[in-house]
Amino acid sequence: MREKILEIIDKNSKISAADLAIILGTTEEEVVAAIKDMEEDAIICGYPTLINWDKVHCEKVTALIEVKVTPQRGIGFDKIAERIYRFDEVQSVYLMSGGFDLTVIITGRTMKEVATFVSEKLAPMEAVLSTATHFVLKKYKEHGLPLVHKSQDERMLISP
Amino acid sequence: MRSPLSKTVVQIQPSGIRKFFDIVSEMKDAISLGVGEPDFDTPWHVREEGIYSLEKGKTFYTSNAGLKELKIEICNYLKRRFDLDYHYENETIVTVGGSEAIDIGLRAMLDPGDEVLIPQPCYVSYHPCTILAGGVPVVIELKEENDFKLTRQQLLDAITEKTKVLILPYPNNPTGAIMTYDDLKEIADVIVEKDLYVISDEIYSELTYGQKHVSIASFPGLKERTIVINGFSKSYAMTGWRLGYAVGPAEIIKQMVKIHQFAIMCAPTNSQYAGIEALRNGDADVEMMRDAYDQRRKYLLHAFRNMGLDCFEPYGAFYVFPSIKKFGMTSDEFATKLLKEEKVAVVPGTAFGDCGEGFLRISYAYSIENLKVAIERMQKFVEKHKIR
Repeated sequence: MREKILEIIDKNSKISAADLAIILGTTEEEVVAAIKDMEEDAIICGYPTLINWDKVHCEKVTALIEVKVTPQRGIGFDKIAERIYRFDEVQSVYLMSGGFDLTVIITGRTMKEVATFVSEKLAPMEAVLSTATHFVLKKYKEHGLPLVHKSQDERMLISP
Repeated sequence: MRSPLSKTVVQIQPSGIRKFFDIVSEMKDAISLGVGEPDFDTPWHVREEGIYSLEKGKTFYTSNAGLKELKIEICNYLKRRFDLDYHYENETIVTVGGSEAIDIGLRAMLDPGDEVLIPQPCYVSYHPCTILAGGVPVVIELKEENDFKLTRQQLLDAITEKTKVLILPYPNNPTGAIMTYDDLKEIADVIVEKDLYVISDEIYSELTYGQKHVSIASFPGLKERTIVINGFSKSYAMTGWRLGYAVGPAEIIKQMVKIHQFAIMCAPTNSQYAGIEALRNGDADVEMMRDAYDQRRKYLLHAFRNMGLDCFEPYGAFYVFPSIKKFGMTSDEFATKLLKEEKVAVVPGTAFGDCGEGFLRISYAYSIENLKVAIERMQKFVEKHKIR
């Protein structure tokens, strides 16, 4: 049942426990308990909303930064990743295979703000060997959902 | 001046759905629970393959019975999913939707006066297609107390010396009923004993909940006398592509191909290429959609029971078929009133045969959010019209 709950709320975190119980054929109490368990185990880590900020008149800049680092003995990449993700500007941090080590996605109000973060906070870190910053020009799809208007139901209203 | 019209065609009643469609179309902001097609888009990889086939210039006819690769994939699929063994070369035909297969199947098998058993409520085309093929439709009225399954006794009672074909429409539109292995076993030997042929319309075969679909053709002695009809419309959300198929004894398929080649030529070429992709790589899509339908089915049933609308539990297709007998209205009156007062469009059961009187067909090919709004309105309507 846990996986089923996760699959559904991954797409729609607004669904009520009562509705979940109906469509999964179980009781509301069980759903509430399962969700609570998963929150405690940090399986469910939050319930953010998917927003297309481009449509809001408030400037936001997103950049993807490729970071090469020196892993530290005993703790590998985790410690340096944590030092990076603790900054509020940082949205996501992934450890990568291939040509570089960490992908850091950050948002700022202006390009300058992002540049300052990279040059003053990120690049000078002892373990960081190099950075390459790529600015996002336009977002098309996030979290499996296209950032566009929902298409209208084009079906005939009644059909056999 | 002579009448330009054929008497046979004129005597056929227009579909009851059509009449209701006209009323609904005039209503602004009506919510519909009346459609008979999936709300999902065709999976992108399938659409992409259709586009690619156009880009490559696949704009010519295919051979009459369909692309060889597609027929091979159809046979692989039927083996994999329903353990049916058919040969792609002479036992398979690709058609313009399942509906063409129904038409040419009947035309290939019927002589004037041959009787066709049609269990109702059912899809709207079996009856008129039988008449157009010169046959005589004989309706078997399915009962709610049997969960709208065809029983052995009902079948026996309907058979005469002239009976030639039995239509077996399961999983069923509009009731959502299915026939399990045990249900089919009850009627299988009657079909053989009475020397009947079967047109088994299995277009909803991928949409069963909690149990796997069983085809009548998988019973001993039945493959020789069954045309299995299936297609891409419901399972892969491909209604507009008009792509279906029939498999059956070579002798019958050969005659169906003959009618098809004169009347149709071949199914749309691009749809056929898309169909190959759907059968090769579409299993996960089917499963995703089936899961979604099942969730909605449970949601709707729960809501109906809560509001006091009697409803047997359907295990197939994407319809529920609640009874409205206790409201003292006909299906038509109920549906019309519901539309006028609460702006929710549903289809009266009578659109699928006279014995659909007292029922409504409600489709759950809609998102839960849509169903929620419709349910709220229906709840209001039911409260208002309940006979106390």
